[in-house]
Amino acid sequence: MAYQNIFTQVQLSHAPEMGIGMKPGSDPRGTAVGFNHLFGRFGQAQLGPIYLGWTGLLALLCGFIAFEIIGLNMMASVNWNPIQFVRMLPWLSLEPPGPEYGFSPIVPLAKGGWWILAGMFLTLSVLLWSIRTYRRARALGMGTHVFWAFMSAIWLYLVLGFIRPAFMGSWSEAVPFGIFPHLDWTAAFSIRYGNLFYNPFHALSIAFLYGSTLLFAMHGATILAVGRYGGEREIEQITDRGTASERAALFWRWTMGFNATMESIHRWAWWFAVLTTLTGGIGILLTGTVVDNWYLWAQQHHYAPAYPDTGVVDPALGSTGQ
Amino acid sequence: MRSTMLLRLGAVLAGAALLGACQLETKSVAQNGYRGTGMDQIHLVSDKKKVGEVPPPPYDPPKPGGKPAREAYQNVQVLGDISEDEFSYTMAAITQWIAPEQGCNYCHNPANMASDELYTKKVARRMLQMTRNINTGWTQHVKQTGVTCYTCHRGQAVPSENWALPAKGNPDTILGNKHGQNAPLATTAYSSLPNEAFAKYLLDAKSSNIRVQSNYSHPSGYAATANKTTTMETEGTYSLMMHTSSALGVNCTFCHNAGSFQAWNMSTPKRVGAWYGYRMVRNINGEYIGSLASVFPKHRLGPQGDPLKVNCATCHRGVNKPLGGVSMVKDYPALRPTGPMITAAAAPAPAAPAAAATKMP
Repeated sequence: MAYQNIFTQVQLSHAPEMGIGMKPGSDPRGTAVGFNHLFGRFGQAQLGPIYLGWTGLLALLCGFIAFEIIGLNMMASVNWNPIQFVRMLPWLSLEPPGPEYGFSPIVPLAKGGWWILAGMFLTLSVLLWSIRTYRRARALGMGTHVFWAFMSAIWLYLVLGFIRPAFMGSWSEAVPFGIFPHLDWTAAFSIRYGNLFYNPFHALSIAFLYGSTLLFAMHGATILAVGRYGGEREIEQITDRGTASERAALFWRWTMGFNATMESIHRWAWWFAVLTTLTGGIGILLTGTVVDNWYLWAQQHHYAPAYPDTGVVDPALGSTGQ
Repeated sequence: MRSTMLLRLGAVLAGAALLGACQLETKSVAQNGYRGTGMDQIHLVSDKKKVGEVPPPPYDPPKPGGKPAREAYQNVQVLGDISEDEFSYTMAAITQWIAPEQGCNYCHNPANMASDELYTKKVARRMLQMTRNINTGWTQHVKQTGVTCYTCHRGQAVPSENWALPAKGNPDTILGNKHGQNAPLATTAYSSLPNEAFAKYLLDAKSSNIRVQSNYSHPSGYAATANKTTTMETEGTYSLMMHTSSALGVNCTFCHNAGSFQAWNMSTPKRVGAWYGYRMVRNINGEYIGSLASVFPKHRLGPQGDPLKVNCATCHRGVNKPLGGVSMVKDYPALRPTGPMITAAAAPAPAAPAAAATKMP
């Protein structure tokens, strides 16, 4: 068969592939199956059968409740006006409780109680969905790499919205739900704690994030480049002379003297992605709890350069000013 | 073939759309900090030409000498020491700056010019005191350029850039409640930041501390030195800074090295000017405009019944030097009296910060 790419994909019409049988004691799997030509251009043309199970059902339900709490709060803030809701959506938000409530779980709904509820349902939703990824992987006899990668992302989410606010003793340290508001929170967070760029764990997180995109680009490019030799269909053992795998390996040995293996490149990519949110979460957790001013911390530890003194003096020194 | 052509056409259109927001005009670039810190100011050359147009004096300034105004007219409480001629000259200029359409009668009863029956006259008197105080007491901010009524008023009785305490919603409901933020307003540079920043930081001498960062790298265990400022509260400071930035038409690095917004020894001397500027605005709003709360009629008050107040934009109007740095006050000595002043307002001056930053490596 000729090399197939996104433009030349041949789509066969056939009976749907229903997959392997379920283990005893499993929830019933859905039976709805369909085919979509457009989907087939980008991936697999067959849709379904989907396995939802109780974790999937509850995850969707909790996610829906969180989504509704956030959306309806935003809509209420514009007096239920649908036009204003659409126009103002990027600015609208659901704010966490103010500093006056500390970390108390009992907060009036209008003053941040809705935020706690939305956060609780969203947390339930992602945790249930992560359990689902674990159980489906086990049901297929797979490793649980997807589950652990998802847990890494959930770690950062929980640090931002729950664990760090708990350590700080205040919900007001948490992130609002909203498009611009969460970005403004991010900038304000960095401003308050003396510039997050001087936080080494933030630096690690950025390195892994950018590293992830670099690895993704290198790997994607390599496999596409040997697609004409069936590279995407090969397994590691096929490193015979002239195969796609051998060419891919040789390409990197020729250009940078070292090559990943068909297995290790995925391990690299997985760790880079997982470490992005893992180190990011550590950096956030240390901020305000252990370090209050990252710039001063970085100066103390010779981690950041000190620029030449401009000679400007704080006018508040020596006066009663602020 | 046809799909390739369509792809190419799409690419060309998408490219054109991406360039749509580009400003192709000539720009001026000035470095104002250490190399590699991104401290520079980029402006459109065409923008620079617009500033600096100020109205000329109503007529040639009168020669010094002559009868003092307090003897020539009745009820002259602020400008009594200047000559009768200079008094008329100053009044003519003020009319042109503030009420060019309405003329003298905007503040005066034509039948009795000395009468204080119009509220505008009482406001104008307080504003004269304020202007003289700014020009003599706040030179750390206005330098020798000084201000006149025109710096704020620009030919309008009410300066177009003003603020009042925002209307208070019901905090116990989510209905129509944006918690004082999350609305694209010019005052917050169209961000979702809190819009009560002026009320918090610029109301009067008792306003909140603008600074948020700690002086120590680790959280203090002692309640007295602990920095309790929350991230939520920091958004107020951020909002005020966004206002200042847009009011002056500059970016953060005009004053700050973004490496540390806090560190004064990395900041430019402009930050000292801004520090005094905030205190000057608090003085204006608290001592001068605040004292007129009962004088203004209802239609001149904000939603909470407080008079309209000033912020950075009231004078600056998008340029870092109001009116392009043209000093109008030199033609109006009555607005910058010499000798002892009515109130001493300013804090002590900082130890000469300007020298070091002029040489840029």
